[in-house]
Amino acid sequence: MTPLLTLEGVSAGYGDGDVISDIDLQIDRGDFVGIVGPSGSGKSTLLRLLLGSVPASSGRFDRFGGTRLGYVPQVEQIDWDFPVTVAQCVLMSRVRGRIVPWASRSEKADVARVLDRLGIGDLAGRHIRALSGGQQQRVFLARAMLSEPDLLLLDEPTSGVDVRTRHEILHLLGELHEGGLGIVLTTHDLNGIAAHLPRLVCLNKRVIGAGAPHEVLVPEVLEATYGSPMEVLEHGGMRVVVDVPSEAQVIQLRDRSA
Amino acid sequence: MITLDELLRPFEFEFFRNGLVVATVAGALCGLIGVYVVLRSMSYIGHGLSHAIFGGFAVSALAGVNVFLGAGVWGLASALAVSSVTRRRPIGSDAAIGVITTASFAFGLAVLQLGGGADIDADAALFGNVLGVTRGDVWVVSGVTLFAVAVIVLRYRSLLFVTFDPEVAEASGVRVARVDALLMLVLAASILATMNVMGVTLIAAALVVPAVVARMVTSSFSTMLWLSALIGAVCGFIGMNLSYHLDVASGPTIVLVGGLFFLVALAATGIRGRTRLAGVHAH
Repeated sequence: MTPLLTLEGVSAGYGDGDVISDIDLQIDRGDFVGIVGPSGSGKSTLLRLLLGSVPASSGRFDRFGGTRLGYVPQVEQIDWDFPVTVAQCVLMSRVRGRIVPWASRSEKADVARVLDRLGIGDLAGRHIRALSGGQQQRVFLARAMLSEPDLLLLDEPTSGVDVRTRHEILHLLGELHEGGLGIVLTTHDLNGIAAHLPRLVCLNKRVIGAGAPHEVLVPEVLEATYGSPMEVLEHGGMRVVVDVPSEAQVIQLRDRSA
Repeated sequence: MITLDELLRPFEFEFFRNGLVVATVAGALCGLIGVYVVLRSMSYIGHGLSHAIFGGFAVSALAGVNVFLGAGVWGLASALAVSSVTRRRPIGSDAAIGVITTASFAFGLAVLQLGGGADIDADAALFGNVLGVTRGDVWVVSGVTLFAVAVIVLRYRSLLFVTFDPEVAEASGVRVARVDALLMLVLAASILATMNVMGVTLIAAALVVPAVVARMVTSSFSTMLWLSALIGAVCGFIGMNLSYHLDVASGPTIVLVGGLFFLVALAATGIRGRTRLAGVHAH
């Protein structure tokens, strides 16, 4: 496989010390990787490191052969009241190459093509707030896709969406991956997203485990990642992770309900 | 009832024609820059910067230095002081702006009183004055407006991207710090150029009101830009005429016309307009 990004012993943070440390990771062309871990484990920091918006404080980080990256932020970070239509939002990623404000004929055709590919071609003139959760996620996917990336980075793409939208997004990402696009995403959803991906990285400040779901979604790795015991069940050939509350927690809850 | 002759009489005076051109162009300039100020929640920075500049105005007027140069350097120093205090200490930028810029404003008032600046028309700088507008102001405000339009046209895409989503813009190769600095430079130049006609205490309103009204009417960024500039220009034109006929300082009349536009937009757009304003923060 052709490597796109490699990290060897990389540490990174925001100035008040490292958030993630000693990370070894290789992302190849056509990979589909999920980064999982508890809140504050450094998932978003790792994604921003890959993106280049957070610098490595130590170690070696290589981006090979002019690898083009597309980034889809968390929907919670978006200002949905900002006055832009779907087409204007998608066109933002064409920030270079043309100095006049208006879009060229070929740029309009490119925007129409990527919107059609993602199934929202009829929404180009709509304001971004006037869309469903799944459509909103597709707009930002389209913006990232317009720059024809080799690798797509998504920060919690299913955070705050309903089950139907989650299925829709997962299905869409699967289609894009089958088309040859590399994908790295962060998620806190072990059963709804992570268990469906071909490769996972369990992170808690450092890489606890990496591999296929059947290799890392095991009680030992999950406990080391999340700091509390978890059980793993098999259901329809899929791994299902369930919490194992301590006896003290169960007794406390019983007492409260009584 | 005012007659047509009375309405047209002020046009016989050069000072009024100069004032009208400056007020109209300055209104358009503030409306244009105000779109970025409002959408980036920078209203308080605009308010603070205009107040801080008064300190520089007072010192340079007393020292006999070019007021634009003195006030410009003072404004830049105030902006750097705000940035430095915010970066090194656990103080929010709004608090730092509140302390530093109002202290600079108070310093300007004190210096004028202590320094014997009786012949300096502080009221004109504070509230705007049609009589204080010269042909030189026409050139200055026209030059700054051309500069602002050039920046917005040539940097339209990067300014839009940075305003909407700075993190992704940075990751996409936009030099966000450079774009931010460019916008601050245009904002500071706009405040300096419009100081004589708007007055430093009311420039912030001239920046914010047209953009807020435009936002209530449209959900398209490009439409908001030209509409806000148009509303600003109309407010400047009507406000300056009212200033002459009512014998009130030009700053208040221009801002009050803007306030009237806001009320009309509020009534006309109803809930739809208020919903669009949900994402527009005071600072």
